[in-house]
Amino acid sequence: MTIAAQTSLPAARAAESQIPKAAREAGFAALVMLGLSFPILALRTEQNMSNELILTSRWSWALIACIAVFIARFVQILFRSALAKTLTVFGSLVLLGGLARAAGAAFDTFAASVFAIGVALVALGLVWERRAATTPPSTRTAAERFAWFAPAKPYVAPFALGLLAAYPLLALAAVGQGGSIKWIDNFGIQILIYIMLGWGLNIVVGLAGLLDLGYVAFYAVGAYAYALISTQVIPATFPGLGVWAFWICLPISGLLAALWGILLGFPVLRLRGDYLAIVTLAFGEIIRLVLINWVDFSNGYAGISSIPRPSFFGVPFNASDEGFAALFGLEFSPIYRTIFLYYVILCLALLTAFVTVRLRRLPVGRAWEALREDEIACRSLGINTTNTKLTAFALGAMFGGFAGCFFAARQGFISPESFTFLESAQVLAIVVLGGTGSLLGVVIASIALVGGFEILRELDFLKQVFGESFDPTQYRTLLFGLSMVLIMLWKPRGLVSTREPTAFLKESKAVSSSLVKEGHG
Amino acid sequence: MEVFLQQLINGLTLGSIYGLIAIGYTMVFGIIGMVNFAHGDVFMVGGFIALMCFMILTAWLGLAVIPSLLLVLLIGMILTGLWNWTIERVAYRPLRGSFRLAPLISAIGMSIFLANLVQVLQGPRNKPLPPMIQGNFVLMGSESTTVVLAYKQIVIVVVTVALLIAFWWLVQKTPLGRAQRACEQDRKMAALLGIDVDRTISITFVIGAALAAVAGVMYLMYYGVVSFSDGFVPGVKAFTAAVLGGIGSLPGAVLGGLLIGLIETMWSAYFTIDYKDVAAFSILAITLIFLPTGILGRPEVEKV
Repeated sequence: MTIAAQTSLPAARAAESQIPKAAREAGFAALVMLGLSFPILALRTEQNMSNELILTSRWSWALIACIAVFIARFVQILFRSALAKTLTVFGSLVLLGGLARAAGAAFDTFAASVFAIGVALVALGLVWERRAATTPPSTRTAAERFAWFAPAKPYVAPFALGLLAAYPLLALAAVGQGGSIKWIDNFGIQILIYIMLGWGLNIVVGLAGLLDLGYVAFYAVGAYAYALISTQVIPATFPGLGVWAFWICLPISGLLAALWGILLGFPVLRLRGDYLAIVTLAFGEIIRLVLINWVDFSNGYAGISSIPRPSFFGVPFNASDEGFAALFGLEFSPIYRTIFLYYVILCLALLTAFVTVRLRRLPVGRAWEALREDEIACRSLGINTTNTKLTAFALGAMFGGFAGCFFAARQGFISPESFTFLESAQVLAIVVLGGTGSLLGVVIASIALVGGFEILRELDFLKQVFGESFDPTQYRTLLFGLSMVLIMLWKPRGLVSTREPTAFLKESKAVSSSLVKEGHG
Repeated sequence: MEVFLQQLINGLTLGSIYGLIAIGYTMVFGIIGMVNFAHGDVFMVGGFIALMCFMILTAWLGLAVIPSLLLVLLIGMILTGLWNWTIERVAYRPLRGSFRLAPLISAIGMSIFLANLVQVLQGPRNKPLPPMIQGNFVLMGSESTTVVLAYKQIVIVVVTVALLIAFWWLVQKTPLGRAQRACEQDRKMAALLGIDVDRTISITFVIGAALAAVAGVMYLMYYGVVSFSDGFVPGVKAFTAAVLGGIGSLPGAVLGGLLIGLIETMWSAYFTIDYKDVAAFSILAITLIFLPTGILGRPEVEKV
């Protein structure tokens, strides 16, 4: 508390009268924090040996939280520059962390280096704030500021595609065969699945403007369609088709998911806005609950295991003589399948994007967007709103089904646990955080959220800060929720805030996203 | 007949809890047109606050059960109200006037954040408490089946009814309630007439959370256990109840809550307990198809 108050003095000299106000506000915020932390943070419930609950106290946590909130609020009111705010607050938190570490364990070199980083960050923040306070605010618009970037613009998309195509090879070159599986599978494939789901949901939410909170239902339909057909139907009827299972089931899964989309959509698409949202959420939950409880059909909680993996167009990825490695004269390694899977999901995702882009130019795509902007006008112009919505719903569901089929094939095991509401929320969050309706935004948001999620697994060094019992993966979902809130507060319109208009006069110009009604439901 | 009566009692008890949560959804929706997705988790936080306060009062301070329950109700309402006030202030107010999905996503993020915050801070295990209120009346008895009315069920229904009357008085008869209804009808006009809209909205959130906290205490008392994941399912069901009754309508929320509670218990008794949630959600979907604005909701007027 005192550290921040003293060190922020020089930067605040220009606005000296602000200090009492900031201190008052910060004191109030700290008081609120104290109230919030009272039972939940300051005390902990634990089971003792005889399985009774007992309370243990940890008031130091509450104290640290209150100090952190005080500093954050103080800096937020006093400082003008957003970057300086972030730096100072972050630096103060690091300082506090170092302090806690020094108090908890010992003042060793590690604590000292944490201290040094904290001081450096705070100092940097103060310097920046001083600079921002003395220079007049820039009057340039965002377009002018990024003018230098304009000539490179046509090359961005080809470059990004090239990077995506070369990614597994780059990973292979960078970390070798053993290390690259993790990077291709956990990062590449995982992110691409979410990009594909995001693009699929984007047809429903972004183009047609229907709020769907149960998208995961179609993902589940696709996954279970593949799992059940490939483990039950194909071995019983055409065992010879075993190696082709994935390629046969991929279209079937998509069609089944689309069929479910139509079945579910038909009665409910007359509803609007939040009613549609709650009904789609309900359907998502119904499908999950049925999968859990109808044990004869889906094997319940236990899930379906040993689902056949995809083959290289009939050539299986195994160590046998007919396997992929033997056929191409390579040494057997699981990496080939991973790389192949990567390209499969890349193609599926690109197909989704391609269809989306092309559909926007077709009458049905125009109708979706018109419907999103003004339903009454559409009806007066003779557009059949139910059918138009239904096509969007079914198409979105179909791509969800494709993604689900791929997911089942990649995992080799599925259970209802993979299809919870959190998954729907994550996909919707990707679409909205990226900027509803923007294809590029979905990519950025997937990389940030899913990639960030996976990165947390790698943060083992944090164990040194918080002790051995600290497990960063435990905080994954917590940070995910927090980042959803923070990104919305920072950019309510999503990360990509311009949209390409579908119809235009003479030349196409990107328009602000506040001019369209994406996701109004 | 005995089974039916017993399930009627159980369903009304459960429905009271859902109704209390549903009021929070419906009030917030009525006033700012937003689905407060985190409300179910606020209810869960209320349950946790109640659990810990109850333990402090009985185990540390040695109070008797009844006075500590009353204190727990009071403290829980205040602290949970503070939680919801903070959430509104931090996560929703900056997004007011933004496009409609922004606060919804913020609320979903908040819901995930709250559930996992409690998981990280309090551990993932269920937190059981020894039963607070034991004993029951036997209303009807034969050898095989008896109809039992537990004391805790009486407490739950009585507290709910008392709160609803107090709440109805608050909304209908006080200046605060009038301000609230004014904001519900036309926020801009209310602001022009000198109503502090931000403050009214904050108070709405606090009241919603206080009722959710009461529901949390009741839930804890009824089931004797609370865990970090207990917010989602009751939250979704209460939201379902609010929509079923007609979102924005307060009597509708209570009616919806009671209906969902009854459907759930009746379905478990007469069909299969596995599909009780499926039944509740299906009834919602079917109701909405035939009554698109819920049972007591006002029909939407479309202006061109």
